Formats: sequence, structure tokens, C-alpha cells
Amino acid sequence: MKQMKKVLGFSENITEEPIIYHLIADYGVRVNILRASIDPGKQGRMVVEIAGEDSQVSLGLNYLERTGVQAETLAEEIVHLTDRCTSCTSCVPHCPTRALDVDRNTWQVSFDPEKCIVCLSCIDVCIYKAMTLTGTLSEYFTNRQTAADDISA
Amino acid sequence: MIKTIEEINQKIQSGKAVVLTAEEIIDVVRKKGVAQTAKEVDVVTTGTFSPMCSSGAFFNIKQLTEKMKIGGGFATLNGVAAYAGLAAADIYLGATALPEGDPRNSNGRPGKFRYGGAHVIEDLVSGKKVALKAGGHGTDCYPRREREQLIGFDDMNDAFLFNPRNCYQNYNVAVNLSDKPIYTYMGKLKPGIGNANYCSAGQLSPLFNDPYYRTIGIGTRVFFCGAQGYVAWHGTQHNPSAKRQENGIPETPAGTVALIGDLKQMTPQWLKAVSFTGYGVTLSVAVGVPIPILDEQMVRYVSVSDEEISAPVVDYSRFYPYGEGQSPLCSVTYAQLKSGQITVKGKKVPTGSFSSYARAREVAGHLKDLICKGEFLLARAQAPLPGAVIEKEAV
Repeated sequence: MKQMKKVLGFSENITEEPIIYHLIADYGVRVNILRASIDPGKQGRMVVEIAGEDSQVSLGLNYLERTGVQAETLAEEIVHLTDRCTSCTSCVPHCPTRALDVDRNTWQVSFDPEKCIVCLSCIDVCIYKAMTLTGTLSEYFTNRQTAADDISA
Repeated sequence: MIKTIEEINQKIQSGKAVVLTAEEIIDVVRKKGVAQTAKEVDVVTTGTFSPMCSSGAFFNIKQLTEKMKIGGGFATLNGVAAYAGLAAADIYLGATALPEGDPRNSNGRPGKFRYGGAHVIEDLVSGKKVALKAGGHGTDCYPRREREQLIGFDDMNDAFLFNPRNCYQNYNVAVNLSDKPIYTYMGKLKPGIGNANYCSAGQLSPLFNDPYYRTIGIGTRVFFCGAQGYVAWHGTQHNPSAKRQENGIPETPAGTVALIGDLKQMTPQWLKAVSFTGYGVTLSVAVGVPIPILDEQMVRYVSVSDEEISAPVVDYSRFYPYGEGQSPLCSVTYAQLKSGQITVKGKKVPTGSFSSYARAREVAGHLKDLICKGEFLLARAQAPLPGAVIEKEAV
């Protein structure tokens, strides 16, 4: 049994194919879509958790490669800047998986990247900017946010 | 009256003062009783670390050889406008000020508010230089009309934080009754009472431990963002006549204090700029107020615990902005809020706080250490806050 988080990059000419359908139906891979941003005719990104028997997962990943989907490993994309964090706890009710949680004796807020599904809720609500996005995703999603800001300026 | 402030200060100076935090005192009173605790304990320290929008700093900028009158002109620091309607070299920068051209909340998108007055203040406290841009009309005595320069604390004669309103005695618990998410000064509120945000250190919060302002008044020395500061006045919106519980704790936002302190002595650990998505920029500050245990009545006050303090739950979708609907929806204790879940209209709602209890504890503990080491003496209030009940001395 294999389980991993991947960032899938779709180039603009393949975003209209049912790739995830084939991944599930033809290769028996279990796919949990954590975050997706795909518009027809534009390049897209998807954060998925994939699971299955070793052979299913490898064959599935081979299929993605053949189709031209870039599959990169997702590693600790959200970073908790402990020097900015004051453990105020305002993020805690917004975290859907309790990756961000508070010890109600010490009142320290902790972040468990293993539980994080990169939903970015914490980035929206942390007033100290103690939650940041780095690595594979940041370029895509952060630029997208910045682009949105520029349009609205 | 068991002790006077002068007697307590003598004990502090000789290293014999017994100091506890407002959290530690609770169990001591439960074990030893009020009378014994009043004899044994000299000072109780409180603490809070929280966003306080009514914050800002006065700066006096050193003149260059050819002098300039900024007063009546304009001044920006890193693009953020300061108030320049004062004397030639004095400006005031508010924590919530935003730079020109900030995207803000345009096109229905919640703005990010990444930089503002509070960030300028934090940058300076962190030892960074900021870009001053100033313009004036020029006079015979102040001929210079423009100035652009990177400046830090070394380029200022004075820099002091002056916050017209801090340490709110109690505050609303914010929820959202509408069907869409809203962005408020109480954070992002999910629709259908999806979450509840509160903002007080509860049992550690200064004014909950002296509910009738018997010892906290104008002139009280406080721990302020790493420096020693003072209560300068009652805070704006100070409302001592708010309805109170039997133990004196107000049921709604009540007392406030205006605070002043030397910004140059403050540290970034205790002062942090914050950005509320969709709302704006503000400043989180650390405040610790020492409370002298003059008599048994003060012991009763400082022994208040989260179970005995209640806050109103208020709808921020219609009631707060438009005055529509019922308020409060209900009342909850800080013990309930701190459990992580409250019940509103029959629904279980997760809670989050903007006031950091972890940091409030650190402030109270740090102030306790300073007093124990003889580095922080108590200052008797020179005048009472409005609504102070000083005569409540009867034990």
C-alpha cells in the first residue's frame, strides 16, 4: 500500500481530458483532490493525495507521465513561522484537519504538516502572517493571488 | 487597609515582595482563603497580548542643517501617511494607516492589507530604517520644502507609543448569522455561526482584576511592549457604567485606558504588526499591569477566574454594522470560550481568540520577574479613572 501527496501540473492542451477519471477507473488508484485550479485552455494545478497498491500507483504515475501531466511530490508546502506566531488560536477553527491545533494547557499552537491538505485557509486568516506557502505550489497559487490583487488595484 | 503602595515598594526594593500572576493567585486563594492570601501576597501581575487598533506613535524627527517645517505639510514613512498637523518636526503615525495605492477591498475581493502604519512601527522597533518623504510650505525660519531620507530611531529625538484606547475590560464574542463569509475586525466569520471569535485574556486581563479601578488610574506604571509605560488617561470609549455582574465584572465592553511609553525601549517580541484580511492593518501590543494587594477586597478581585467572567455573543453580519436584530444572542464564560467550543442558538460552534493567552501568561510572568528582581516599582495612581469606586475599601 502506497500513499502520497502530489502536485499535478496540467498544460493548457490537456486540461479538457478526463485524466483523473482514467487514473481511478483504469489504474484503480484512490484519488483525493485536496485543491484544484483548472480552467479550460489554461494551465492548471491540482493537489491530490493518491493511494493504492505499489503497482497500481506506479502504473498510474506512468500513465500521468505519458499524458504529459507533471507529477511532483508535495513536501511541507505550508510553513509555520514560529517567530511570527503568537499562539493566538484564531486559525484553529479554520483548519479543517486539525493540522493547526492548540494545547489547552500550554496554550501553544502547533502545526503538523502531515495532516495539512494545503487548503490555504490559515493563510487567509492568520493576522501575523505566520503561515506561509513555499515550494512547488507557492509560485503558482501565490502568483495567482498577486495577479488578482493587481486586477483589483 | 493592610498595606500601602509605599510599603509594597519597600519590600520590592529589598527583594522581599511576594508576587504572583493573576492566574497563579486563583488556586492560592482557593487553598488559603482571602484573609491569609491578603497578608502573604503583595502584588498580582496581569497581562494581555492582543491587537489594539487605537495605537500609534509620535515621532520628533531631527532637523537637518537647513531646517524644515513638516507641520502643516505632509509626511509619509515607507509610503504610509503620518499626521503632520503639529509642530515643525512632530508627526503621529496611526497603526491602521494604509499606503496610497494599496489594493484594499476592491472588486469585492477581501484585501490583504500587507503593510501599514503598524508595520512601519514594527520595522522601527526591529531596528530597521524607513523611508521618510516630507513636504512643507517653507518659511523664513524653516526654508526647506522637501525631504527624502531613510530614517531610524537615531534620526529621531523622540519616539513614543501613545495608544488612546487599550485593555478593553471585556469584549464581544463575534459570530456571523448570515449565509456568506464576512471579514471583520474580529476576523473571518464563517456563515451560519460557523465559528466564534473572542478577544480577551479573561482572568489574566488587567481590568478584570481591578473591576472598579481601585488601583489602576492615571499615572499607574505598566509593562508596555517591553518598556515601562504609564496610564496617561482613561481610554476612549471608557464606559464604567456598563451593566455588571455581582462580582463587579462588566457584562459588556466597559473600561479602557490610554497608554503611553517610550517606543525606543520596546522590542519586536512584544509589539507586532498584524493584517486582517478584508479589514485592515493594526498593531498587537503587550500590556502588563501590576495590582497591589492593599487589602482583602483586592484579593477577591484578583482571584476572579474564567468561569466567573462572561462575554456577550454578538452577530457581526447585521447587528454590529446595522443595528438589526437581537443582541446579545447569548452570554458565555471565558472558561467555555477557552474550551474551544461554545453553544449558540443550539449549535456547537468552534472558538478562536485574537488575544494570545500564551503571550498574556508570558507578559504576567515577565512582569512578575521584573518586580521580584526589584526592576519594576509600583506607581500610585495620581487621579482615578472615571467611575472608579475607591471607597469600596471595606473588608
